[in-house]
Amino acid sequence: MLSIEVSNLKKHYGKLKAVDDISFSVKQGEVFGLLGPNGAGKTTAIEIMEGLRERDSGEVKVLGYDPWKNGYALHKKIGVIPQEFTFFEKTTPKEAIIYYADLFNVRVNPDEILREVLLEESAKVNFDSLSGGQKQKTGLALSLVNSPELLFLDEPTTGLDPNARRAIWEVIRGLKAKGKTIILTTHYLDEAQQLSDRVAIMDHGKIVAMGTTEEIIQQHGSGERLEIHGSEKLAEYIKANTELQVDYDKVKEEITIPLKKKIDALAALAAAEQSGMDWGDIQTRRDSLDDVFVKLVNEPIGEQGETFPEKEIGKKRRR
Amino acid sequence: MVSGKRIYSDFKVFSRGYLRNKFGLFFGLIFPVILILIFGAIFSGGNTGKVSVYVQNQDIGPFVNPQMNIASSFLTALNESGTITVVTVETAENFSQYLAEHSSSDGIVIPENFSANYLAGHQVNITVYGNPTSSTSGIVSGTVNGYANYFNLQLFQGVPVIGLTSATVNTQQTKYIDFLIPGLIGFSILTSPMFSLVNISSEYKKTKLFKQLSLTPLTKMEWLASKVIWYIVLTIAGFLLMVGMGIFVFGAHVAITPWLIPFLVLGPMLFASLGMLVGTVTKNPETAGVIGNIVTFPMMFLAGTFFPISSMPQYLQTFAHVLPLFYVTEGLNNAMVYGNISGTIIDIAVLGIITLVIFVLAVKLFKWRED
Repeated sequence: MLSIEVSNLKKHYGKLKAVDDISFSVKQGEVFGLLGPNGAGKTTAIEIMEGLRERDSGEVKVLGYDPWKNGYALHKKIGVIPQEFTFFEKTTPKEAIIYYADLFNVRVNPDEILREVLLEESAKVNFDSLSGGQKQKTGLALSLVNSPELLFLDEPTTGLDPNARRAIWEVIRGLKAKGKTIILTTHYLDEAQQLSDRVAIMDHGKIVAMGTTEEIIQQHGSGERLEIHGSEKLAEYIKANTELQVDYDKVKEEITIPLKKKIDALAALAAAEQSGMDWGDIQTRRDSLDDVFVKLVNEPIGEQGETFPEKEIGKKRRR
Repeated sequence: MVSGKRIYSDFKVFSRGYLRNKFGLFFGLIFPVILILIFGAIFSGGNTGKVSVYVQNQDIGPFVNPQMNIASSFLTALNESGTITVVTVETAENFSQYLAEHSSSDGIVIPENFSANYLAGHQVNITVYGNPTSSTSGIVSGTVNGYANYFNLQLFQGVPVIGLTSATVNTQQTKYIDFLIPGLIGFSILTSPMFSLVNISSEYKKTKLFKQLSLTPLTKMEWLASKVIWYIVLTIAGFLLMVGMGIFVFGAHVAITPWLIPFLVLGPMLFASLGMLVGTVTKNPETAGVIGNIVTFPMMFLAGTFFPISSMPQYLQTFAHVLPLFYVTEGLNNAMVYGNISGTIIDIAVLGIITLVIFVLAVKLFKWRED
C-alpha cells in the first residue's frame, strides 16, 4: 500500500525552481527522510503534500487525496509539525491537546499523549515558558491527537541541543514502532540515517539520490580505498612502481588509493615498504553518507553534521 | 458547517490566554477606566470656546422698516458676543424635538411679535433652553440675560421689558462626563479589538500559527467568530465598569437601555474584523502596525470620543461621518444621553451594514494557506 505518490511535481516562485520535477512514493509504515541543505526545496515539497501550498504541475496523492483540493478531509487523517512549531503563548501543552481534541471532535487521554512524547513534567507550563525541545514535543503531541496514520515532521529537531534531539528521536522511533508512516525532513545527516528507512537527497529542487542509506552509498560513493599518511614523494614512488591509481592530498598529507581488488592494498603497501620512506597511519575505508552527500550536494558540512549552502547561510532560499 | 463546539473551544483557549496576559487585560479593562477618571477629573469643571446655540426666531414681522426688527438685531448682538454662536432653526420645526434630534441641550426661542411688543414697552419673554448642570447652559443663559438687560436699558432705562423664561428639553441633564462615558465606551470598543486583532493576525501569519490551525477542522470564520465573541464579552465588562465609574464617581446621568446592546455587539464585531482585515492585507507585523494606527488614530480623536463632534470645524464634522466609530459614539450618545431613539435606530442600521461588509471582507480575504 502506498501512502504517498508524487510524480513530476513542480513549484516555481518566479525564476526560482523551488521544487523541480520530483517523483517518489512512500509505502505505508515507512519512515521516509527528505534530506538536503537549507533551501533545497524540502519544506515546499512537504507543504504541498500537506495541502498547505498549491503545486504548479505534477501529480500528488496523499492517502488517496489531492492535498490541495481535498485538504479539509485529508487534514483529519494526517498529523503535522511545521518547521519552527509555535503555539498560543499562554496555553499549556495539556490544554493544547484538549483544544485539538475538541477541534477534531475526538476523545483522547491528554496524559497518555503527553507520556508518549515524554512531556509529562511540563504538562502545566505555559507554551512561552517551555524550552525549544519541549515546544517541539508539544507539536508532536498535537500532531498525534487525531490518531493520524501519516505524520509529516518538518525539521523536528532544528535548533535543538543534542540531548533534546535524541529525546525527539526516541519519540519518533516509538511512533515508527507503532506502524505510523512518517515523512521527515531534516538537514542533519545522522538524523536521516538514524530514523529513516529510505532517504531522498534534495538539492536545488531536485532529488539527486534516493534509496536506503546503503543503496545511496553504494550507488554514489566510491568503493573501498586505502589511505596512507605520508609524503608526496612516497605517493609518486607508489604510483611509479605499481599500476594503481594514486591520489594525493597535500593539505592532509594523505595518499589515497582506490581498491579494485583487496590484493591491491598489499601491492601498495609493498611498494611503500620498498621505498624506504617514512609513513604514518594506514587505513581502509568506504564512503559514508557524509562523503556521498558532500559529493552530491557539494556544500560544506557543519560540526553536528548539518549542511550549509555556501552563499545562503542565514537566509533561506525557500519561501 | 459552522460548529459551535469548535468556536467554543477556540474561545476558551483564547480567553484563557488573554486573561493570563496581564498586559492585554490592562488595556482591555483598566485603561478605559483610567481614561474616565483622568478626563472626568480634567473636564468636569469648566468649558472652553464658544457654545453653539440653536435659535428659533418666531418673530418674522412684518416690519415697517428694518430698524424695527429688534429680534434680528438682538440675535446679531448675541452672535457677536464672543461666547455663543447662533445656529438658526426654521420656525416650522418643533423646537424641543429639534434639540433632542440634534443632541443639544442649549437653545433660544424668540417669541412672535417680540419686536412689536418690545417697541411698545410690553413685557415679553425669551425662552432659554438649557440644563442647569451643564456648564454651557450657564454661558448661554448668562449671555442672553446680559443682552436682555442691555436692550432694556437702551429704551426703558432698565425697566425689565425683556424677561427670560427657562426651559429644559426632556432628557437634558448633560454634563461633560455624560458625554464622555459614551465616548470612552466607543473608544474602548474601537481600540481593544482593533489593536489586538491587527497584532494577532499579522503575528500568527508570521509565526505560521494560521498554517498550523488550517491543519485542524477549525475554519477561518469560526476562528474570527470566537475572537468577536470574546471582545463582545470584554466590551460588556468594560461598559459596566465605565458606566459604574461614571455614575458613582462623577454622578453622571446616563440611560441604560436595551438600545445599547446592538452597539456593544456590532462595535466589537466591526473592529475585530477591521483589525483582522488590516493584519491580512499587510505583509508583516510592522506594516500591519503602521496601517492599523493610520486607520485607528483618526477615529480615536475625530469620531466624538473625547470631544463632541459639534465643537469641531465643519470639514472635520463632515470627515467624521466616514469614520465607522462615529456611528458607535453618536448612537451611544443618542441612546444614553439624549434619549433620541429614532437617531439611535439610524446609527444601528448604518453600523450594521458597515459591520457586515467588513466582516465578510475579512473572512474572504483572510487566507490560512498560501498558494
